[in-house]
Amino acid sequence: MTARLPRPARLRPADLLRLGLLGPRTRRLRSALSALGIALGIAAVVAVTGISASNQAHLLDRLDRLGSNLITVSPGEDYEGKKVPLPKESVTMLGNIAPVERVSATGDTKANVYRNEFVPSNQTNSLRVLSARLDLLTAVRGEVRTGRWLDHATERLPVVVLGSSSAERLGVTAPGTKVWIAGEGLTGEWYGVLGILEPNELVPEIDDSVLVGGPTAIARLDGDRTPSTVYLRVHPDRVSDVQDVAAATANPAQPGMVAVSRPSDLLKARAETDDTLTGLVLSLAGVALLVGGVGIANTMVVGVMERRGEVGLRRALGARRGQIAAQFLIEAVLLGLFGGLAGAALGAATVYAYATGQGWPAAVPLVWAVAGPAVAVVVGTVAGLYPALRAAGMSPTGALRSA
Amino acid sequence: MTRDRSQGTPVLRLEKVVKEYEGTPPLRILHGIDLTVTEGELVAVVGPSGSGKSTLLALIGTLDRPTSGRIHLEGHDLAAMSERQVAALRARRIGFVFQQFFLLPGLTTVENVATGLLYTGESARRRRERAVRALHDVGLAHRLGHRPDQLSGGEKQRVAVARALVGRPGLLLADEPTGSLDTASGKGVVDLLRRLNEEGTTVVVITHDRDLAASFPRQVVIQDGWIAFDEHSGGPAPAAGSPAPGSPV
Repeated sequence: MTARLPRPARLRPADLLRLGLLGPRTRRLRSALSALGIALGIAAVVAVTGISASNQAHLLDRLDRLGSNLITVSPGEDYEGKKVPLPKESVTMLGNIAPVERVSATGDTKANVYRNEFVPSNQTNSLRVLSARLDLLTAVRGEVRTGRWLDHATERLPVVVLGSSSAERLGVTAPGTKVWIAGEGLTGEWYGVLGILEPNELVPEIDDSVLVGGPTAIARLDGDRTPSTVYLRVHPDRVSDVQDVAAATANPAQPGMVAVSRPSDLLKARAETDDTLTGLVLSLAGVALLVGGVGIANTMVVGVMERRGEVGLRRALGARRGQIAAQFLIEAVLLGLFGGLAGAALGAATVYAYATGQGWPAAVPLVWAVAGPAVAVVVGTVAGLYPALRAAGMSPTGALRSA
Repeated sequence: MTRDRSQGTPVLRLEKVVKEYEGTPPLRILHGIDLTVTEGELVAVVGPSGSGKSTLLALIGTLDRPTSGRIHLEGHDLAAMSERQVAALRARRIGFVFQQFFLLPGLTTVENVATGLLYTGESARRRRERAVRALHDVGLAHRLGHRPDQLSGGEKQRVAVARALVGRPGLLLADEPTGSLDTASGKGVVDLLRRLNEEGTTVVVITHDRDLAASFPRQVVIQDGWIAFDEHSGGPAPAAGSPAPGSPV
């Protein structure tokens, strides 16, 4: 009798998948631990890039809100490093440039601010006391966190508005508190805190300042009549035009002694150069992935040794070498995939928690959320190659005998 | 269904089969085996450990290839077949039962039996249906969803028999099927094999248990790599071409 030779059959994809899941299903803890290495690597990548992206999104978001059309004009330095004050008229002159929509200014005073009169005079906390025009807040789009901003009545009174960092450094949390303002040649006086401002990334110098009304500064604090910084809100399309003429307009006599800058450039640069840490962490994550891959390979090698009997049985049931290899390779790939997905989820959760804690918008770069698991699959494949070939290379009789 | 064994077609034919393992000098396990098993036979291959009977089973089961000599399985010359074809032959025409059962611990009884059809290309649904039927046949209809560690030794071996049978193989090979079982469950498994044989399956059982072998219609005694004795006890005359040289022990 010669029956027809049975035709070799392929494993269906669903069967292969089920075969690949058999190991992880029956050895849960070990499989989970071996996938953990990869998960941590991917989580680190997603978390770091995500936090960096969230920070960037936050800065750009702030920039959007604060506007990139702010120009500051301040006294430059002469060749000896001495400040060349801007002329008193510069504020008006700058305000007359056609595309300038708003103008405001601060002025220096000789005073320093202290929590109380007993603090030694040299402990100034690096805080400056500045006079502010009433329209300053509008020009820089500052916001009052608590209390009130100066008005026509209060700008003549001994009251101050604190920038966010100055409030922090002075330990003031609520309006109504008093701070001590004194300086050389000045009689110290208590000033009431009228309000506290929100931080403003565009004009960090205001965060570090204590603001008093112009009349108060001149009358009581020996304030300058010339501006220390002029803030210009400019038509968005004409910013560079205004930048070009600002110096000559502010100080026609010495246009070279004027510092003109666009603070948004700085903020943008900060947003873009925040990648310094990323490279380092990415290489660490690479090491973690490598270790994770070795972990998977190790688990798989041990698994293959333990499952020699199964390999022999499957060969007896008609499995070809390639089908044995495929089973173990898919198991390794699945371990990589699970690790990658868990890592991406863990990383995204970290980003979300961190960003929420910082008050940033959470941003997980899609590239990394997808590339992470993909890289993990590649790592799993490479890690599974050797154990899979080893399983496939076993002789069925040897595998059955030794099991 | 019963057949006249003397006129059955040969399922298995070995001609001068030699198996050596490499080494200096080479280790010769089988010295030239001639053996024919015809359709519907129930054969016991018996011999002490080290006699070469397990090697013989591996060769018959196509798990290993002979150093020289020919093996024909259902008329196909194994030497002329590729690994792929041999694997396909194993998947569909040969069923194995091992002393250690080799049930997969993570799978239920039905899944274990269905694994016997995994490499035949059948759909998962068909595999399952046939596995359930095979489990009914071996009297384990009440154990479908159990896992191996919830079964007794005898039940485990009956699951293994179901797995070997589920694809309706032309040849069932059992390597010490009762070796890990107590007497009662061993007898149960042997009765099962006997019943399956009566229903038409060709069965070759390898054992070192002479009493067990003696209860089979045909015994082939292997000693030191030779066939020492081949007799049909209580059965019809030897199948054509099968008697091996050698004398009774």
